[in-house]
This record gives sequence, structure tokens and C-alpha cells, in this order.
Amino acid sequence: MILKAFERGADGVMVVGCLEGDCHYLSGNIRAKARVARVKALLDQIGIGGERVAMFNVSAGEGTKFARFATEMVEKVRALGPTKINLARGAKNRSESCPIA
Amino acid sequence: MIIGQQKPIAVVLEMISPYEKIVLAGCHGCVTVCRAGGEKEVEIVASALRLAREATGRPIEIKEVTLERQCDPEYIEVIRPYVHDYQAVLSIACGAGVQFLAEKFPSVVCLPGLDTTFIGVTEQQGVWAERCQACGDCILHLTGGICPVSRCSKSLFNGPCGGTTADGRCEVSKDIPCGWMLIIEKLRSLGMLDSYRRILPMKKWRTSRDGGPRRIVREDLKG
Repeated sequence: MILKAFERGADGVMVVGCLEGDCHYLSGNIRAKARVARVKALLDQIGIGGERVAMFNVSAGEGTKFARFATEMVEKVRALGPTKINLARGAKNRSESCPIA
Repeated sequence: MIIGQQKPIAVVLEMISPYEKIVLAGCHGCVTVCRAGGEKEVEIVASALRLAREATGRPIEIKEVTLERQCDPEYIEVIRPYVHDYQAVLSIACGAGVQFLAEKFPSVVCLPGLDTTFIGVTEQQGVWAERCQACGDCILHLTGGICPVSRCSKSLFNGPCGGTTADGRCEVSKDIPCGWMLIIEKLRSLGMLDSYRRILPMKKWRTSRDGGPRRIVREDLKG
């Protein structure tokens, strides 16, 4: 699902789980953390960059903290700029809209 | 089950570099259970390959499919209607699956996306370990259900070598328990140490790989 988001044009993905030790699904957030680590490694291997994915843990009552994490993530992704995919798609769209005669 | 693990993505990318249109075929058998080549892995690998190729400006079209088993002919037939519309098939089944696809579709390039590693068990979620080398002549009844062929690094048949450490580990690696220590402890706990005192004759490796590729023909089942 995270990779699909990149395929659909995302420049970054924020995964949010509940607090460790306080998950309704017991270890769901711990497993998610391991899977996010796998995706980060995969993104590094294919040149997209694992830093474009991050996992955060907040409880349902921590709206302020969630907002802070979201703002931090958005700033981080803006600083990283578009992925290579989006750069390639942008270049393709530009060349298709301005064909060389 | 047969345990496999995915080849590094860079290796797979190199393998598929000549192609623009491929089938990525997973298997619902063993490799689904060991999380290397099932439906979910097909989605992950396909996504990663598409992203990597698009990032380099050479997008690739990938048809995703997961066959019930790649080692049975009836399930392989599922892709026959469209397989020739693609330039290659990247299989993330075991080596048997890749070979069977190649055999059934002689004009299609079939590529391995996994390294097939061993016949083993799930020790815990995410941890798999070898238990059998398919030597073709089982002696587990004499060794407390622990196989000296697969659990002893040297496949010894009559007790440990001189390399066992004081804490019962194998000299090959401290992470490997000495297979013979495991056997002796198990036989002792079962009250079957007499089995250990019995000298096992030289193993006939003819039933293993030494006899060449193996085949079983069951006349009662043969169609």
C-alpha cells in the first residue's frame, strides 16, 4: 500500500500507528514498524529514498501531537522535493505538451 | 515446505532490463507461507520494479498473477491465454516453479526472482530453518526425529565430530547447535540411547543427488 502511494504520485508517506504497548491489535503497530522499515530499505534500493516514509506513534487523544508530526513530515517532504518518478513524469508531460517539431 | 528468499531488487532489475512488458508470477504454495513469493509479495515486487524503472525513465508494464501452484501443470495453464503477449515471465516461485513454467512455455523467457534455499520449517513468524535435504533414505526413527544429514553441518552418521564446542555448538558457527548433541539429548530423554550405540553403516547417497535427477512413478496414480 505504501509503494502504491508512490506509484500514484506521492512524494512522501506518513504511517501513523497507536502508541507502542497500547495497540488495540496488541502488536499490530510493532509489526507495522518492521514493515515500514522493510519499505524504507526497498525505497533506498530503488533510488526513491527511504527517508520519504516515516512512522509515527500517537494515541487517539493526541491531536496536537499528530498535527505537529504531520507538519514536520510535510516540511521534510517539501525539502526533499519530488521523487524521481514525479520528476520523470513531469519531464514527460512537458515534452508531450511541447513536442519538438 | 520449500523455503525461498527474494533476490536483491538490483539483481532482478538487471535481469529484466531488456524487457518492457513482463508477467510477474507468484505461487500460492510454499513461497506464500514463507512470505517470499505469494500474492502480497507479487504486489510489493511489482510496485518496486515499476517505481525503479519509471525513475530511470524506462517504465515497465507488469502483469501480476499468483498461480495456485507453479509445480502442477493444470495451474500453469492459467497464464497460457496471455503469456505470449509478454516478453518474459519473472517467477517468484521456487526453482521447480520457474523450471516448470520454462518447460511448459518453451518459447517464453522465464526468470527467477527468488533464490530457493532449503526444505524447512517456520520456527517462529519470520524465522525459517532447514530440516531436510531430501536425501531419499530417511533414518529419523534411529535419531530421535532429528536428522543428522541436515542438522549436522558435516552430515555425519555416528556421533559428533571433534569440533563441537563445550556448550554444544557447531564449529561452523556458534549460532548452529551441534546436530549430534541434539540427537543424543533427544535419544536420552526418550530412553532410546541404544539407538546411538548402534553403528550406522555408510549412507547410500544414491537415493540423494548422487544418483542424478530423481523421479517417482506411481503406477496406481499415473494418468
